[in-house]
Amino acid sequence: MAHFEKATSLHDWLNQRLAIDTLRRVLATEYWIPKNINFLWAMGMVLAITFGMLLISGIFLLMYYQPNVDLAFDSVNYTIMKEVEFGWLWRHVHGVAASVVFLIIYIHMFTGIYYGSYKKGRELIWISGMLLFVTFSAEAFSGYMLPWGQMSYWAGMVITNLFSLGDLHLNGLVEWIRGDYVPGQAFLNRFFMLHVLLLPLVIIALIGLHFGTLRIPHVNNQEGEEIDFDEEAAKYKAGKKKEAKVIAFANDFLAKDMFVVSIFLIFFFYLVFYHYEFAMDPVNFDPADPLKTPEHIYPEWYFLWSYEILRPFSTNVGLIAFGFAQVIFFLLPFLDRSPNAKPAHKRGLFFYWFWALVIDMIVLTAMGKLPPEGIFSTIGLYAALTFIGLWIILPIITKMEKEVKE
Amino acid sequence: MRELKILAIVVTFTLITYYLVEPFAHSQMHKHVEFRNFQYDGKSDIEEVEHKIKVAKANNEPTKELEKKLEEKKKFWSEVDKISKIKGDPVAGEGTYAMCQGCHFDGATNMGGVTPPSLEHAGALYDKKYLIALVKDPAMAMNVDHKYKDDSMHPMGAIMSMVSSDQDIANVVAYLKEKKAGKMDATEAFVEACGRCHADRYMKWTQVGFVPKTKENIKTGQDIEALKFKQKVAEEQNALADYLGKLPPDLSIIVRARSEHFLKTFVEDPQTQLPGTAMPRVGLTKESYEKVNEFLEDSGDAKRHERAELGPIVLVYLLIFALFAYLWKREVWRDLH
Ligand code: HEC
Ligand code: HEC
Ligand code: HEM
Repeated sequence: MAHFEKATSLHDWLNQRLAIDTLRRVLATEYWIPKNINFLWAMGMVLAITFGMLLISGIFLLMYYQPNVDLAFDSVNYTIMKEVEFGWLWRHVHGVAASVVFLIIYIHMFTGIYYGSYKKGRELIWISGMLLFVTFSAEAFSGYMLPWGQMSYWAGMVITNLFSLGDLHLNGLVEWIRGDYVPGQAFLNRFFMLHVLLLPLVIIALIGLHFGTLRIPHVNNQEGEEIDFDEEAAKYKAGKKKEAKVIAFANDFLAKDMFVVSIFLIFFFYLVFYHYEFAMDPVNFDPADPLKTPEHIYPEWYFLWSYEILRPFSTNVGLIAFGFAQVIFFLLPFLDRSPNAKPAHKRGLFFYWFWALVIDMIVLTAMGKLPPEGIFSTIGLYAALTFIGLWIILPIITKMEKEVKE
Repeated sequence: MRELKILAIVVTFTLITYYLVEPFAHSQMHKHVEFRNFQYDGKSDIEEVEHKIKVAKANNEPTKELEKKLEEKKKFWSEVDKISKIKGDPVAGEGTYAMCQGCHFDGATNMGGVTPPSLEHAGALYDKKYLIALVKDPAMAMNVDHKYKDDSMHPMGAIMSMVSSDQDIANVVAYLKEKKAGKMDATEAFVEACGRCHADRYMKWTQVGFVPKTKENIKTGQDIEALKFKQKVAEEQNALADYLGKLPPDLSIIVRARSEHFLKTFVEDPQTQLPGTAMPRVGLTKESYEKVNEFLEDSGDAKRHERAELGPIVLVYLLIFALFAYLWKREVWRDLH
């Protein structure tokens, strides 16, 4: 057993047992962040805070929610919204956060793409980030089932149907996922389990992994400059803070993060009180009715772009395109063949590729919601083909890229 | 300022995406229905038939029946307009009103599938022209005449032979507008206008009344009174479903499931939003619609006042938080720049 001495203070007592001084140094005061970054680098912290709000509001909702096909709808819309003190607030916080978290995730992802933050040692940051994206998607989808409204039921029907994989007719697989021929009690129970236990656990583990992958490569900076962190840290510690190219995570980086977070919270709570409808589809306020298909079935906005890649094609081709869209972002670090880990505006063709991707995904998002008729389905088809095309040409245009010298 | 430029780009793309998936997509998904300000002059009924004629012509289908219907509707609503200009005599109207009470009375029971509503506030609830149209020809007024093609008659249809002169109609409507136009609360408005067809479980309303407080037998846990009430509700619901083709939906949380625009245009003329629906027009006035809507909001969005109160407090708190966050940042970064 290690040697312990009589502690001189509580701090010392803890220090002997937990090495809190070392922890503090490693995690905060000597965790180095480049100085040359903008508010987009605070999006990670915004995501962490939003996830925290989802977790806390979720715990409160869980105290009254009933995972039963006969009770679920009213346990949410009556018990939580009307009977429980401030139940409405927790629900609106949870619903709005579930939608806004995706807005921030997309901003965070596109920041990573723009600044090339998935290259040169940062591949695992990107891949763990994508795993978070996929798990969050599953979390959002499973949560959407819980109020057991019309959209819960029918989106659940449509999405689980995808697993029959078109002409492979894997109906057995679909039934296995649903636990029944159609969505019912077994289905609701298992999505409840996924939503409140398994997926949050996975998300928390993945956030840990994501932070771990950041440690050695450090975060990128606005110019894609390669920084010698030991040298710069030495300057900082010697008191030459103005010259040093790095800052400490706490309190330097944290102070800026908290300011960005505070602005985000104003925006967030404005939505919670005055503009929550966008996050809670009206159709889901009609109770699930297996006999009545809603006129329009569409997923939440953050799934629309991939839904639209599925829709314009025949079943089999659509599923392949959809599968492509799901995995392709994982491969970004390997499809980008350029030697430059630089912001897009220094990378020639890649700059245009980036904006083309952003605009194409917005077009796909819009078409995914609009009824697939006439001009909308034509635009949707071309946007889906453009999406696939963009990823096919990515290795080619990045291969052509010349090395940028500072 | 580079950061502000980046912020402007992020905000712009976010707003464009929002515009496309919310206002724009919804404007494309739902056909536009004109709101007519709770005026009942038959315009939307006439336009509906005109539209049907257009569709039939495009499909090379016969239009003779429809042309006839169009003439009928035009004639009906112009007569209603004529009657609305006659001065009614409320005193004479009281006598005619006795005929209404043959069906509309306290404790009325289901007749032909539906229970006639209380007319206690009919003068305040319903628009004058609508009432005239209703007494003149209930099926036409409610715009459900398509359901009564053959010999079958609207459950209130008997009134047409009882009160047939224009003056009588004007009199009874004048009576309602004078004597049955007292103050009503949101619950009375809902119960009298919608409650015979729609339940609202969040407000404990059923088609046969509010769920009564009953006591169970402590020894057995059985509550016979509650069971009896349930049976009564079940019977009424079955009768309604036979009459209307389906059970009208529970309206507990309809204010979150349909837009404000949908609800008011639907009540004005259900056919505009759901062609062929069995729900009759309910000729509410602007004021009484607001009362009904208040009830529906109390049911489906009960905490709206609390929300409106709490919102500014939270935002002011966050503004102060942001101010302190900014001061802290400035303090910390003074050494860094
Ligand atoms: C033969 C029985 C009968 C008589 C007589 C009768 N009603 Fe009705 N009335 C009904 C029934 C049944 C309904 C419900 C119809 C429905 O919901 O489809 C009704 C509905 C109404 C409504 C509600 C209309 C709406 O749009 O919701 C009003 C107002 C009304 N009656 C007024 C009158 C007045 C005024 C008279 C006398 C001039 C009268 N009724 C005479 C049976 C009658
Ligand atoms: C005579 C019975 C009757 C009365 C009175 C009545 N309704 Fe209805 N209502 C129906 C029926 C039947 C339906 C189902 C319509 C359908 O699906 O075709 C319906 C459906 C509805 C719907 C849902 C429409 C949709 O999109 O599915 C709303 C909202 C509604 N009614 C509101 C009202 C309001 C508000 C009132 C009172 C002002 C009212 N109703 C009075 C019979 C009635
Ligand atoms: C809830 C989910 C997530 C949380 C809590 C989270 C958190 C963070 C944090 C705190 C940082 C460091 C600060 C910053 O650069 O913003 C970071 C960096 C990063 N994240 Fe995430 N992240 C999440 C999801 C994702 C996703 C979905 C991706 C993309 C696939 C992703 C990719 C990255 C990348 C590439 C970096 C490095 C940025 C750089 O080096 O400049 N993250 N993340």
